[in-house]
Amino acid sequence: MSSHYEAPIREPLVLGDKSYHDISVDVGAPVLGKANKSWWIVFSIALVAFLWGLGCIVYTVSTGIGVWGLNKTIGWAWDITNFVWWVGIGHAGTLISAVLLLFRQKWRMAINRSAEAMTIFAVVQAGLFPIIHMGRPWLAYWVLPIPNQFGSLWVNFNSPLLWDVFAISTYLSVSLVFWWTGLLPDFAMIRDRTNSPFQKKIYTILSFGWSGRVKDWQRFEEVSLVLAGLATPLVLSVHTIVSFDFATSVVPGWHSTIFPPYFVAGAIFSGFAMVQTLLLVMRKVSNLEDYITVTHIEFMNKVILLTGGIVTVAYLTEYFIGWYSGVPYENYTYLSFGAATGPYWWAFWALIICNLIVPLSLWVKKLRRNIKWTFFVALVVNIGMWFERFDIIVICLSKDRLTSSWAMFTPTFVDIGIFIGTIGFFFVLFLLYARTFPVIAQAEVKTILKSSGAKYKALREAGKVMNGSDKRTSSSYKDFNVMARTPVANSSVSEGRSGFDDNNLEHEPTVNADALIDSEVKKDQIDQMLVRVGRFNPANQTADDLQKISKVGPVMEQNLHQVGIYTYDQVSKMTKKDYDLLDDIIPSFAARAERDDWADQATKLKK
Amino acid sequence: MASPNVIHVLYNDDDILMNAVKEIRANHYTIEEVYTPFPVHGLDKAMGLAPTRLAITSFMYGLVGLSVAVLMMNYIMIEDWPRNIGGKPSFSFHQNMPAFVPIMFELTVFFAAHLMVITFYMRSKIWPFKKPENPDLRTTDDHFLVEMHIGDNDLEKVSKFLRDTGAAEISLVHNEEA
Repeated sequence: MSSHYEAPIREPLVLGDKSYHDISVDVGAPVLGKANKSWWIVFSIALVAFLWGLGCIVYTVSTGIGVWGLNKTIGWAWDITNFVWWVGIGHAGTLISAVLLLFRQKWRMAINRSAEAMTIFAVVQAGLFPIIHMGRPWLAYWVLPIPNQFGSLWVNFNSPLLWDVFAISTYLSVSLVFWWTGLLPDFAMIRDRTNSPFQKKIYTILSFGWSGRVKDWQRFEEVSLVLAGLATPLVLSVHTIVSFDFATSVVPGWHSTIFPPYFVAGAIFSGFAMVQTLLLVMRKVSNLEDYITVTHIEFMNKVILLTGGIVTVAYLTEYFIGWYSGVPYENYTYLSFGAATGPYWWAFWALIICNLIVPLSLWVKKLRRNIKWTFFVALVVNIGMWFERFDIIVICLSKDRLTSSWAMFTPTFVDIGIFIGTIGFFFVLFLLYARTFPVIAQAEVKTILKSSGAKYKALREAGKVMNGSDKRTSSSYKDFNVMARTPVANSSVSEGRSGFDDNNLEHEPTVNADALIDSEVKKDQIDQMLVRVGRFNPANQTADDLQKISKVGPVMEQNLHQVGIYTYDQVSKMTKKDYDLLDDIIPSFAARAERDDWADQATKLKK
Repeated sequence: MASPNVIHVLYNDDDILMNAVKEIRANHYTIEEVYTPFPVHGLDKAMGLAPTRLAITSFMYGLVGLSVAVLMMNYIMIEDWPRNIGGKPSFSFHQNMPAFVPIMFELTVFFAAHLMVITFYMRSKIWPFKKPENPDLRTTDDHFLVEMHIGDNDLEKVSKFLRDTGAAEISLVHNEEA
């Protein structure tokens, strides 16, 4: 079909010989299975870190902000550094699901679910900091313009900190519904595949009764597209507004018009680095290497390379403008000669090495496709982007206009503890997510299977029809009645059921072919075949060694056993009709029996 | 529509389904509903469904959000308490407008996104405690189900025709509600 045409130059995005069902199985496996030991170990570590962080937060709020390392000069340090860092990490998720959707990038489909989860969880961490860094967090609700008993005392809409409130809450809530709406068909898949009544109940609630009607899908796709169209400017605006916290100030090094695009590029840069860090582990642990392939990793590395390049240009611009402006105060900004040689020289050079130099290695294709190196670079970028925010905030504050108020910042264990706590909380959420949510948007991956699956690509390159319509024109397909046995009323129109007890709704007990068969009809067809060739009764018969028939190996013998064929006598009675059926059911059967004349051989072996 | 019987026709491939839907419509049979595990592109066109108007509603919701933002900030900042905060001109809305742009934008997006999603949930009748209505569990995995009323048609003829469209399984279901 022309809709499945794809240029041969494109690499497959789904590896292996996958069918639609295989995708459901692979995606459902981590949810339907049990957690292993390493999951529990990592989860426990994350939980301990989270609880430790929680303790630090409670200590801060109950004792006072003075337990942090802030001073009168440097009023923002780790709190806002971590806030901006987490918000930045949260940006890749929306970029992957929204921007890449607008650009029709098929490779997004295997990673968007986890990237969006990462967004949600990272924004939750970010959202903690604006609250806990308040001196009186119990009055935080005063930032909302709610009519009140103070003569209706309102908020001031001129402050970027209030814009932050609107930006972050809009971003979190819109990302959440975007993510959840995309999850509905996948929750429905889990709901319909699970055997546990508890899971069934939970996923029925989570899936909102999604039934997959055509009209639902039509609306679903429109909603996804419009949300992507809304989320894209949202991503750009949110980090722009976060950058306004600095850019609209009068602090040298902060007051800069380059910040909005530069922060956004940095957010995508660090966000993708975090996606890499998480997915490289997840694809291994959850056995999703056929879906999150090296090609995906390379594409993400290319985005990291691009946004890293944009960030580098911004660094050079800042450095240049600092000098070009001729303003003496600019000498001590975070990207100035003063910063490179001053007391925070290590933070400056950590930024340059981590964000500018190390990612350059991704220009080499071999390193870009190397999983271990990618993991290393991703970690380095995450560290570097933390330093970028630290440098912007702390270096610029430490040496401001009045030399008499110059100061240094040293974090206390509470500063560090809260940061570790948010990392722990993030991983607690992400690990729980990886065990209970379908981590790959299976409904979306199924739409690209035929255009980008390795199997179908190979078929296409071999010049074969690959749209499945060959199935229906082949002789074998039409020979069979497709009327399902239930309800019994159908049997009036079914042919070839002679000798078959319509009231007996049980299938052949010797048939254990659930792994091979996907429909009731095929079970019926096997039953009918066994009526023709005779049934095997283990009580008074012994199985023959079917491997003596030429080209029957152990696997084929097992497959034959699965469909209830155990003896030479049965094989000897098989006809073309039966071969066609087995051809349809058993993989790699390929009309072997007909060619090798199994019936004839079996007749001889019988004697 | 009085017929108590519906037939469920299962297909196991989206391309076969597409061709089948086209053939069924060409032969003037009425398709009641189609359940698929993933969006089959072009199926709504093949079935002759009208395009959805959700994008239009989203646009209107966005306008509502923008109006809310403008009216709120104009009332609070200009009319109710026109204070001097850091020398910002609070004499008229347009003078202090640049500082209002971020929130005007965010509220536009907020209203457009959320109200459209709620509209979608309501129009498609999905909510947390809604019971799923797909008649066969396999339709969320890898099967495609076409639901048709038999009406006055001859069951044997219909099933023969459906078999020729490549159906993998056809079953007659007694619809008790009808």
